[in-house]
Amino acid sequence: MATITRRMPLIIGVSQAVRRSSDVARETPFIPLLILTLLAFLAVFAPVIAPHSALDPVKPMREQCLAKYGIAACPYVDNVPPFWAREGTVHTPLGTDFLGRDVLSRLMYGARISLVVALTGTLVAGVIGTLLGVLAGYLGRWWDHIIMRITDAWLTMPSLVFAILLSSVRGPGLWNIVVILALVFWSRYARVARGEVLAIRERDFVKLAEINGVSKLRIVFRHIVPNVINTVMVVFSLQVGVAVIIEASLSFLGVGVPPPEPSWGLMMAQERESLMEGRWWLAVFPGICITMLVLSANMLGDWLRVRLDPQLRNR
Amino acid sequence: MRKYILLRCFYSIITLWLLVTIIFAMVRLTGDPVKMKGDVGADKAYLERIRHDWGLDQPLYRQYTSYIGNLLLGDFGHSFEKSLPVRTIYLERLPNSLKLGLAAFVISMVLGVPLGMLSALRVNTWWDNVGKTIALLGLSMPGFFVGLVLIIVFGVQLGWLPVLGKGTSAFIWSNPSTWVPFWFKDWSHLAMPAFALGWYFSGAMLRITRSGMLDVLGSDYIKLVRLKGVPEQVVIAKHALKNSLIPVLTLAGLNLLVMVNVAVVIEVIFNWPGVGQLLYDGLSNRDFPMVQGVVLMSGLMIVLLNFVIDVLYGFVDPRIRLSR
Amino acid sequence: MPPLLHVKDLKTHYFGFQGARVVKAVDGITFSLEAGETFGLVGESGCGKTTTCLSIVHLLPPSARIVSGRVELAGEDLVSKSQREMQMVRGRQIATILQDPMASLDPLFSIYNQVAEPAYYHLALRGSKLRHRVKELLAAVRIPSPEARMKEFPHQMSGGMRQRIVGAVAQAGGPRIIIADEPTTNLDVTIQLQYLNLLKDLQRASSVALIFVTHNLGIVAKMCDKVAVMYAGKIVEMQSVRGLFYHPKHPYTRALLDSIPKLGTKEPLFGIPGQPPDLADLPTGCSFHPRCQHAIDRCRSQEPREQSIGNGGTARCWLASQEIAR
Repeated sequence: MATITRRMPLIIGVSQAVRRSSDVARETPFIPLLILTLLAFLAVFAPVIAPHSALDPVKPMREQCLAKYGIAACPYVDNVPPFWAREGTVHTPLGTDFLGRDVLSRLMYGARISLVVALTGTLVAGVIGTLLGVLAGYLGRWWDHIIMRITDAWLTMPSLVFAILLSSVRGPGLWNIVVILALVFWSRYARVARGEVLAIRERDFVKLAEINGVSKLRIVFRHIVPNVINTVMVVFSLQVGVAVIIEASLSFLGVGVPPPEPSWGLMMAQERESLMEGRWWLAVFPGICITMLVLSANMLGDWLRVRLDPQLRNR
Repeated sequence: MRKYILLRCFYSIITLWLLVTIIFAMVRLTGDPVKMKGDVGADKAYLERIRHDWGLDQPLYRQYTSYIGNLLLGDFGHSFEKSLPVRTIYLERLPNSLKLGLAAFVISMVLGVPLGMLSALRVNTWWDNVGKTIALLGLSMPGFFVGLVLIIVFGVQLGWLPVLGKGTSAFIWSNPSTWVPFWFKDWSHLAMPAFALGWYFSGAMLRITRSGMLDVLGSDYIKLVRLKGVPEQVVIAKHALKNSLIPVLTLAGLNLLVMVNVAVVIEVIFNWPGVGQLLYDGLSNRDFPMVQGVVLMSGLMIVLLNFVIDVLYGFVDPRIRLSR
Repeated sequence: MPPLLHVKDLKTHYFGFQGARVVKAVDGITFSLEAGETFGLVGESGCGKTTTCLSIVHLLPPSARIVSGRVELAGEDLVSKSQREMQMVRGRQIATILQDPMASLDPLFSIYNQVAEPAYYHLALRGSKLRHRVKELLAAVRIPSPEARMKEFPHQMSGGMRQRIVGAVAQAGGPRIIIADEPTTNLDVTIQLQYLNLLKDLQRASSVALIFVTHNLGIVAKMCDKVAVMYAGKIVEMQSVRGLFYHPKHPYTRALLDSIPKLGTKEPLFGIPGQPPDLADLPTGCSFHPRCQHAIDRCRSQEPREQSIGNGGTARCWLASQEIAR
């Protein structure tokens, strides 16, 4: 590296200014927040915004019935392509599925399912897991050993396989999935929470409280839990993405949210034959939605992780 | 080293025991194994009979002891539909899943590790951003979506690759002449499912490699190697690489196990006759013993694989290899 | 004849937060080193000693840059050399010993491998000649049964042994200068003396020049011929060891000497009041003035120049300049 010549200060100044402003912009995770807000919006206001019902077939227009069946009225027209294709119409912008239902509306209602299931499931898992992890870390000795061995064994189980097993005994249904997600994922939180607790427990301010005779329960809730929450939040945001994929996979396999609910995973499964016949959009659109949701959750989680651990900032 | 192996062995056994117990507990506590049949509208008398056949009317501790007893004898249950022991069917299908898994593993390593290293070596530059984006995309697109897209593009539209099945090669335990050729035939069938499966993990591999490499590059001993005037390529190829590969390989090995997850859906989409599809068959046929049996066997495989990886790790790291 | 190493007005700054925060770790350092000489660099943590060493061999982290100055090795400027050219200088002309013996050696390679590396790349030794050299080097740092030790791994050695091995590594390329950055700080006190004696013997045997970085004045007294005291990125005083200990010219040096606990008296311990300054936000005028008992008005407003104080020594202090003027 040569020493800086006289010409460079101006270039450095300008490029520094540009970098600084774009870095502030880069700091806040605009894209994931935007996508997540959009999806949340769609989920909450689906009944109001969605052009059609998600469960009933779209009432077809005269021309469609004529074109397809040669009669003036019919109960539904299935497999209408998106509006940019030849037989598509803006009436059903993304087309209809094999039962004549509007794809766009179903996607919007599907956002509800994915968000509700993933968020609730991960939340419940988080609460259970964090509590157990904190207990294990703080109480130590026997408790620690037992809880940790169980957690390790639980972690060895691949999540989807375990989820399938549980859903085969519980049966299909939205809230069943939430329970299953909680049961499958709590162990991840426990492991992380325990690690944090062990690190914090040795810190001086906790020892001070102990010396002063503060009750164990109070110490746990006032000192330890707030510090653990940070790390747990990061795990949470990264787990939401995983939960979405697991729910979608379960629905895809037929053991998740049952039809006729428009779970994105289920929509993809139902259209597999259409795929072979060239109607790719029916399977691709839900997939894109899933990807968007998981992508934003992951990006948000990454941002949180860097934010909460300054050492990672330069990575 | 010997003590290390013994310790690992003991630990694996405990984990295995806990695992089967958890499975037992979860199944009995959260639901009803007979429910699957019940959903399809079977009548009560029929359900009662099945319950009796499966020993579900016995007290819990009796069920548990016979459960453990069976497992120790290698009995993982009998498939309701196929009237064969689950173990037999599972082992028959296992080589197919292994073939798929190994191919996906190789793909994920080939894609993820070099890109991860490149990201670390060119940290915070354009290359790094590309690498990080690829990793993010990999982790965000569910495997079955990738699989479907691949089918659309390469199978249906372009017609380059066969979409379903694994081809005609088969691994037959009783016929040793099939043992070796099995792994080398029918690659065109393997291409898409392996890529769909490996895609997610290449993202994970990229990240792990990148952060491992960054850790190593910032360490004191790398600083000293540079201070010795060793050429930069050697610093990276000899010191940085070896030190960062060890944790990467361990985590890669563990990822292999998680791959078993995603493999279920991939096998279903591509009609790949592996153990994942077996699970799906069990679900479709309402064959609970099959489902439970496959889960148990998968659990066994995983614990076994964990153990093998731990031992291998012990061989590679001189700190463990040379201890007693 | 030019000195072996001549550092002239070296300035190295760290640029953080995309240039918004500049840490002036080294802000105008000048000194020279002759062959066979031991030069001590003293100062509190964070005053820029390590950055100076890294700047000399041009191995700085990405956020740091040598902003100006020259580092001349036997007349050749090192600052303008490319990294590839510097690779031939490091290890071969200038070797380095780091502070933490536990972290300095690569855990996955044998002792032989690591000690042999500089000799392999710089002296092009191979095979039995290389083996012989490694054995010699290990024997020189008093490692018992070097043949057996060569095959072992760092984790099998104690801290003291590892630091000696690091010393052997430093010697391996046959350097003219060894920079030792606080080599004994992480060692047990009992081992420290052994190590220092070892370094002195090595130096006598190969007449290598030594730059010894430390915060311990006792070590300086034992090891060094010439010593420079650093504060906030600048050398505030530089003299022969005798000169510094008997006639310190800078208030900071005097304070450092006063703060050494004396045996045999029950005098209260003396510490320098205040904290070392933030190198990104230095005080005006003389950087030491907020903590200096003798500060005058000029100290607050004007930065003192380097003042020659006779016998080749220098000091950066208005009071010292006043003394000279009289």
